Amino acid sequence: MKHSTFFWFFLPTGLAMLLFIAFPLVSVVLQSVHTPHEAVLVEVENCGPFGCKKVTTIDQDATRELRNSEPLGKFVGLDIYFDRGHLAITEVKTAWITSESWSGFFNKLGNLPFYRAIAFTLTFTFTVTPILIILGLTIALGVNALSERVKGLVIFVSLLPMIVTPLIGSLILFWMIDSRGILGTAIQWLAADPDLSLKASTGLTWLMLIIYGVWHSAPFAFVVFYAGLQTLPMDQIESARIDGASRWEQVRYVIVPHLMPLIMFVALIQLMDNFRVFEPIVGFNAEAHAQSLSWIIFNDLGGETRQLSAAATSSMLTIFGVAILLSPVLWRTWQDFKGKS
Amino acid sequence: MYLRKLAIASTLAVMASSSAYACQISARVSVVGNEFPAIQTVGKEAQACSGAEVSTNLTADHQKINVAGMSGNPAEYTSAIIANSSIVALMNNDVIRPLDDLVAKHGKDLQKNQLITINGKVMAVAFMANAQHLVYREDVLKKVGIEPPKTYEDMLAAAKKIRSSGMMQNPVGGAYKAGWNLAQEFNNMFLGYDGSHFKNGSAQPNVNSDAGVKALEMMKALSAYMNPDFLTHDSNATNAEFRAGNVAIMNMWGSRAATLVDADGVSDEVKNGMNIAGPMTVGGGSTPASTLWWDGWTVAKNVSDAEAEATFIAMMNGIDPSIIKDEDIRKQAVWLIEGYTPTDAARGVFAAAQANTIPYPMLPYMGLMHTALGAELSDFMQGKESAEQALADVEAAYIAAAKEKGFL
Repeated sequence: MKHSTFFWFFLPTGLAMLLFIAFPLVSVVLQSVHTPHEAVLVEVENCGPFGCKKVTTIDQDATRELRNSEPLGKFVGLDIYFDRGHLAITEVKTAWITSESWSGFFNKLGNLPFYRAIAFTLTFTFTVTPILIILGLTIALGVNALSERVKGLVIFVSLLPMIVTPLIGSLILFWMIDSRGILGTAIQWLAADPDLSLKASTGLTWLMLIIYGVWHSAPFAFVVFYAGLQTLPMDQIESARIDGASRWEQVRYVIVPHLMPLIMFVALIQLMDNFRVFEPIVGFNAEAHAQSLSWIIFNDLGGETRQLSAAATSSMLTIFGVAILLSPVLWRTWQDFKGKS
Repeated sequence: MYLRKLAIASTLAVMASSSAYACQISARVSVVGNEFPAIQTVGKEAQACSGAEVSTNLTADHQKINVAGMSGNPAEYTSAIIANSSIVALMNNDVIRPLDDLVAKHGKDLQKNQLITINGKVMAVAFMANAQHLVYREDVLKKVGIEPPKTYEDMLAAAKKIRSSGMMQNPVGGAYKAGWNLAQEFNNMFLGYDGSHFKNGSAQPNVNSDAGVKALEMMKALSAYMNPDFLTHDSNATNAEFRAGNVAIMNMWGSRAATLVDADGVSDEVKNGMNIAGPMTVGGGSTPASTLWWDGWTVAKNVSDAEAEATFIAMMNGIDPSIIKDEDIRKQAVWLIEGYTPTDAARGVFAAAQANTIPYPMLPYMGLMHTALGAELSDFMQGKESAEQALADVEAAYIAAAKEKGFL
């Protein structure tokens, strides 16, 4: 393609990317290295239904002056990145010096919000992603082997979990696994323990979130793999059969290698998706047991506090996390690309 | 049943038509606020105004959206219904306007104690008072031969008796959901033990103290008599447990207690057995382990004067003294509206006010403390760490946040 043709062809996309991806990123980076100005506090008298009282409040006029002179806020460099709510450099150092064993160190680390969130997020990502790929492939192979008459219906039913809005899906399950819900009671009966509660145990809550994650994302893997199976080279399968390959050997040596690019694609998308796990934590009211980086951002932005700088910093850390997670895959793609050219 | 519905419908119709005549506005009104019965009533009455559109967005997530929705210019919301905790966020971000001129022009009927005055300027108009207090099952307590508890120690003893009688496995209810609710229950207990959140007049935290540890230990002792899922139960879920007859004693919001058993499907046993009393004290103290609240409305700063005036008129119509002529509405809250006489359902909140319950602290950095408490206390409640460690974590989390926001 000529360079000028390419330029005009790419321009609209480039502009959209600049506007919707690059600018917001720049804004997040800027926000994460600035904090609000120091609040000018004054003592005033507040009156209301319960009488009058002297209280501290923010002097809006003085604060506005500060804000107008430097609208971005106070430049603090990487301070927020290193504070207790994020990488917690000092706290980690003290934990390292004061703990005698690895488990003591990890215990102290688990007490810091960022590391607690990372522990759950990584566990979630690295259990859900492989399981859902295997499950998706199994469903795809199963459906592909069905007779044409029932195929449409089965495909529709297997897609349902993905169609349900994540928040709604997790809320429905949340009530079903309640200790008075249908699944919760069934589990109590099976375990012969009337006090068993999924929601009160950290381990079981993690398990529940992981099962939910697989349930919700497996249809996506299934659809992609099913589409891939339609392009299967029949002659290869046939020759494998003639050579006496069993069904398992056909899958292992013909089908999976054929689907490999798709498996990489699903893995890539799902790693990113699962790393920013959020809705199930809200839907399952699980924040006492499991927190993720996205949940921390949500919590920072909510309520009466609105810690914009903290939220921006957590966003940056999420982006770094995704970049690190994807780097092996991206590296491979780059190698492939170089090999081809 | 049919007759009752008919009666309600016709009263509503009469009220709607009567207020429609009274209320004329000429500019857009848009309200954001919490959702519980009294606020829904105010929203509905404000919408009775004619001449321009009055829209309401009443949701439990109102605190997540009101500052953002009022920061733009022009602001999306012309009014936010808030409480003494959440007005602080609006003040901190400077998104609400002083109402003195509008009060002079349209608010002559307001009583002095409805005007929330900060530094001499009226910033909000309060319409109801609220507090958490005891809600209990009289029939159950009678069966085990116990008086309604006046202290949390009594509550524990009652819980023990009810459990051993075999009537209920987990007789204590509590909105202990990790986050805002859990932090609020800590605040109650902490103030009951005469704790104070900050060191004298500064933003330095002061929760890692004797009072803090005692408060946490009491909460832990109570949680042993709660549904094991208590860390996921907000006040809606706790009320559901009470309605289902699974809970006999709980600390509950006055604004929710009044209409607690009006839902469909509540058994007669629960309906007739429910009763309310004032808040409990703890640890031999005299200050109730509870906080006093008011709910009121504000007017946005970043809207035109015409919209601000329309909003004021519509909201005044929302809290018009005529609304409490309806018996169902009268009992929805402890109204601060002229002509209100307390109903039976208001006893708990009144008792709280009379017992010198402390109003929820209206400090610019209290929200940060509340968030830190909500995030860090659940580890202790699950038995994963000591009370001292949990409170040290709270202070560390608070300090990090307060430094970022420029308070320390």
